[in-house]
Amino acid sequence: MSQGEIIGGLLAPHPPHLVYGDNHWRNEPKSECGWEVLRWGYERARKHFLAKKPDVLLVHSPHWQTLIGHHFLGVPEFHGLSVDPIFPNLFRFNYDIKVDVELAELIAEEGRRDGLVTKMMRNPHFRVDYGTIVSCHMMNPDWDIPIVGISSNNSPYYFSNELGQAQMIKLGQATKRAIEKSGRRAVLLASNTLSHRHFTTEPEIPEDMSREHVYEHSGYLWDMKVIDLMRTGRTRELISVLPEFMDHAVSEVKAGALAWMLSALDFPDYPGELYGYWTVIGTGNAVVGWDPQLKAAATTQGAMAAR
Amino acid sequence: MIQKAYIVPGQPHILLAPDRNKGWGELKKAYEAIGREIERSGAELLLVYSTQWFSVIGHLMQVDPNPEWVLVDQNWYEFGEIPYRFRVDPEFGKLYCEIAKQRGMQASTVNYRGFPIDTGTVVALKLLNPNNAIPASIVSCNIYAEREETRNLGSAARAAIEQYGKKTIVVCVTNFSNRYEVADIDIASDHISSAKDDEWNRKLLEMLGEGRLEDVAQVAREFAREANADMGFKAIWWLSSLMGEHNRYDGKVWGYAPVWGTGAALVELTPSNKALDFEKEFDEANAPVANTESGTGLESHNVLSEAPKRDEQQPEPERAVSSAIRTDRAPKPVGPYPHARRVGDFLFLSGIGPRKPVTGEIPGLTFDEKGNIAGHDIEVQTRACIENIRAILEDAGSSLDRIVDVTVYLTDMKRDFERFNEVYAEYLGTVQPTRTTVGVDSLPTPIAVELKVIAAV
Repeated sequence: MSQGEIIGGLLAPHPPHLVYGDNHWRNEPKSECGWEVLRWGYERARKHFLAKKPDVLLVHSPHWQTLIGHHFLGVPEFHGLSVDPIFPNLFRFNYDIKVDVELAELIAEEGRRDGLVTKMMRNPHFRVDYGTIVSCHMMNPDWDIPIVGISSNNSPYYFSNELGQAQMIKLGQATKRAIEKSGRRAVLLASNTLSHRHFTTEPEIPEDMSREHVYEHSGYLWDMKVIDLMRTGRTRELISVLPEFMDHAVSEVKAGALAWMLSALDFPDYPGELYGYWTVIGTGNAVVGWDPQLKAAATTQGAMAAR
Repeated sequence: MIQKAYIVPGQPHILLAPDRNKGWGELKKAYEAIGREIERSGAELLLVYSTQWFSVIGHLMQVDPNPEWVLVDQNWYEFGEIPYRFRVDPEFGKLYCEIAKQRGMQASTVNYRGFPIDTGTVVALKLLNPNNAIPASIVSCNIYAEREETRNLGSAARAAIEQYGKKTIVVCVTNFSNRYEVADIDIASDHISSAKDDEWNRKLLEMLGEGRLEDVAQVAREFAREANADMGFKAIWWLSSLMGEHNRYDGKVWGYAPVWGTGAALVELTPSNKALDFEKEFDEANAPVANTESGTGLESHNVLSEAPKRDEQQPEPERAVSSAIRTDRAPKPVGPYPHARRVGDFLFLSGIGPRKPVTGEIPGLTFDEKGNIAGHDIEVQTRACIENIRAILEDAGSSLDRIVDVTVYLTDMKRDFERFNEVYAEYLGTVQPTRTTVGVDSLPTPIAVELKVIAAV
């Protein structure tokens, strides 16, 4: 078996609005349109990364929140209906998910070696959260690639941003080692929005794009700052400002997916590709991808941009 | 129409693993005992608010008549799964939603196949209402809602219950201290994760055992800060507002035990007419609740809401205002205010109702066979009111014939105005003070009339 590798990483936000706007047959509610800039961004990212024929998609979701350590979907197949408890009017999704349990177990084992608490969720009736589903669906609407589903540990909410992020960095390294051991070609999906202050009312027509804009200027400024760091390959600097971003813009990266992915990618020093940025009920959402194959050429470009 | 309220925990450990820890087992027994009481109570509706049903776009009310699923908790799946099928009263949910919207709140009903009922609600309904004998209504907990919004939600629930007219038991699913152990534990020796949390929990339970719900609501913010209370302990704001924001309850603590380091307790609160020395010790709010049942914001107890915050309270300016006037010949105030204050040659009286001095008993009430208030005699209450005012004025060196201004609050203007007027005329017809009469939905105690008076000394 050849050594596995991470062939891509995508900041893959999960507002259910994107699936709603997509009008996929798996989702019960239907729309006229909506959030195209992000959906088109996902389309371009999909085209790029699926062309590399990944064996597995790994997703870290903030909507599977766990108190005791980091949990992994541990059943080969999940079927069911996921109804978003926040936006049930937009997201009632019939899912049929294949899970790479073997790789999940390997990551759990590697994590334990690093002192993390990890658990395998073995109940087939478990309802897969909508964050996992939206990110995976937008990346691969055919659902023909198995996934590894990883929970979001509550430690940053319980203790501190820094402590939570340190755990995510450990988990990222454990993920990388496990993928290498598994022989899989993997794409990572970090299911996070950026600035996360949002409107608390909904338009009568949810997809009325005339109502969609960033919630506040300061959140937008933060989003532009972190996107700039991504686009110029300064992800170590990005990691160092994330705790501040979490506090100032109530950023969902607090849940850890972005730190986990950047750590697994060994903190790319080459530019991330911005596929799209737009708001969803006022939150800032960016689809940004890193392709390690492009590292050599991109590093030069990133260095030039940094100058 | 509100028979009782219960505060209960929502962890699945109690339902699924009672044998693995003595405290969990005792909580389950207490839960089941309450369930038996509820079944015997004749209640027609269970209204459930759970801190585990999060919403962010306003509040949601469940109106699926029979929500059904197999719940596997995202954290505690190792303890097993919980199949459920509940009986929900959709009409009440719709009414509650409508009233909340009328009060300017963002609210929606939900009726979707497969909508996830939260673990807290599932645990509570499974244990309290195992046979679905009583239909339930379920409302969400908005994660951003602060005190005022949560109080408004409670107040809307009260209005909905009154309008719906069914005997209702209120169930508030919330933990107390909520500091979970974040690693696997020796389950048999589960304990509250810090001594401070335990101390806080016990302090609040002592207050609730004395029926002091509003006092607990007043310290909720401090409790949340000190003991990492469940969702900022906002559930208690909802409950207190729904129950009328006072301390007149018979309280009973059915159980208290740690669940994975958190403080879980079951508390019963039964409305009572017991007399209290005070109603509220303080109130952090500096604005009245929008659209309260009374609707006027003018009630005497609302002077509290205009008071400065505790931290901002200044010493009394002695030159302008004399000391407060209190008398044993009038009923004790139902809050931290005196019967009257003198400024120069004028006496300003607080709102005075008909309650009897010393006993606090409300005259002129009639009751049904179950002891619920069925009606009132406005003539008896008006006379009692004015006699109380007479006593205060006389003890302050004034008299009824020196009254210069009266504000009247009636809870049933249409029915009572004429007879009230007749009695009023007997006492004050010749005195001829200026007068304003206002109709209100309710007064702080179940009285029908209250007078606010200014008199010359």
